[in-house]
Amino acid sequence: MNVTIVDYQSGNISSVINSFTEVAKGKVNLEVTSDIKKIKFSDKIVLPGQGSFKSCVDSLNQIKGLVDTLKEFAITNKKPLLGICVGLQMFADIGYEEAETKGLGWISGKVSKIDNQKGKFKLPHIGWNEIEIQKESKIFKDIKNKSHMYFVHSYEFIPEDKSVISATTDYSSKIVCSVERDNLFGTQFHPEKSDKIGLKVIDNFLKL
Amino acid sequence: MLKNRIIPCLDVKDGRVVKGINFVELKDAGDPVEQAKIYSDGGADEICFLDITASNENRETITDIVRKTAKECFVPLTVGGGVRTIQNITDLLLAGADKVSINTAAVKNVDFVKEASKKFGSQCIVVAIDAKKVSDNKWEVFTHGGRNKTGIDAVEFAKKVEEDGAGEILLTSMDKDGTKSGYDVDLLKTITDNTNIPVIASGGVGTLDHLYDGIVKGGASAVLAASIFHYGEYKIKDAKEYLNSKNVSVRL
Repeated sequence: MNVTIVDYQSGNISSVINSFTEVAKGKVNLEVTSDIKKIKFSDKIVLPGQGSFKSCVDSLNQIKGLVDTLKEFAITNKKPLLGICVGLQMFADIGYEEAETKGLGWISGKVSKIDNQKGKFKLPHIGWNEIEIQKESKIFKDIKNKSHMYFVHSYEFIPEDKSVISATTDYSSKIVCSVERDNLFGTQFHPEKSDKIGLKVIDNFLKL
Repeated sequence: MLKNRIIPCLDVKDGRVVKGINFVELKDAGDPVEQAKIYSDGGADEICFLDITASNENRETITDIVRKTAKECFVPLTVGGGVRTIQNITDLLLAGADKVSINTAAVKNVDFVKEASKKFGSQCIVVAIDAKKVSDNKWEVFTHGGRNKTGIDAVEFAKKVEEDGAGEILLTSMDKDGTKSGYDVDLLKTITDNTNIPVIASGGVGTLDHLYDGIVKGGASAVLAASIFHYGEYKIKDAKEYLNSKNVSVRL
């Protein structure tokens, strides 16, 4: 199996590479690239994302043909894709970080700042929080409800269709922290930084 | 519910841990990679390396340690000490650090925090503030490991770095550091009350009760400690179980 981590020159993806390399050891052929040909012929794609919504979208658009290739892969051909953090947020139609920015529009919804209730909750939401599983998800196989995952973000994805939500976490309100629709997966938390339980999420994705 | 974090900090000099852990299972007490792995396996919520050599010639040494650690520890890794340029940050992040901690450079170069957070995102920029009490309810920022007075008010500085895009503040009391008499709770409380980003408490931990004070009385989101863990007095697990028994939520 060939799995590609999309390197679109935005943010720090070393930890994503390290964790996938650890789990993939000897089982999966892992590529880290923005080469469109390689992406097309992958079996699975990982779309990481760090920094602002706008900077990630801008970087994706910088690479000619990348957005169309990803769309063809995940939406037309329905092959498995996992978005992490801003990688998930970009599934939305629109994001409001830095400036109003158009997202990929794969899952209808918006990305807006977490309501911190006038300073009652510190932002960014940084640290370990429990996930509350909302529906059965293939990437949560053998993962207990209320497991701890590592978060670091100030913006949240609010999908229109609530049936895509596979887990939420409690921080000022119920924040969407994982989505699944057919072959499309996304986590707001960082499985690559969530210790053994996070590696299990990665393992589940690789085993799909 | 968001859990309070326990962060062990390893002081690294010329590639070796200065205050070693006295754990029996350790093969090499001075190897930072091995020690970080023990902490991570023991339930540390994050790992922090502080490079106290911090000379330009030694940048490659710390980068190499980060590279090796990042391949074995899958919890967040923060690296500080001598982070002065955008290139320093790029090198550490590429090696596998998740966050960098900026200290002296944040004071010396007024735009550095802004530039760094704009380029890399707030999530990976921690500003380390070393503060010393100068009068009642007044603290001043010091640099160079507490040697240089800056004349800058710690509260004003904390607000400024928040505005500039820092994701977290690592707050060390220079009066308490190394004393094992507990955090400067007044300092902590003043900074946490005046900022809206998470604050990591540092400097002075001698008992598990001090960790409790940092979180409950000081309002810290995370507590950092070095010697109580290094010398094997307490394991990370002991700290978490203690806090849990006192109704402080931690990741068990």
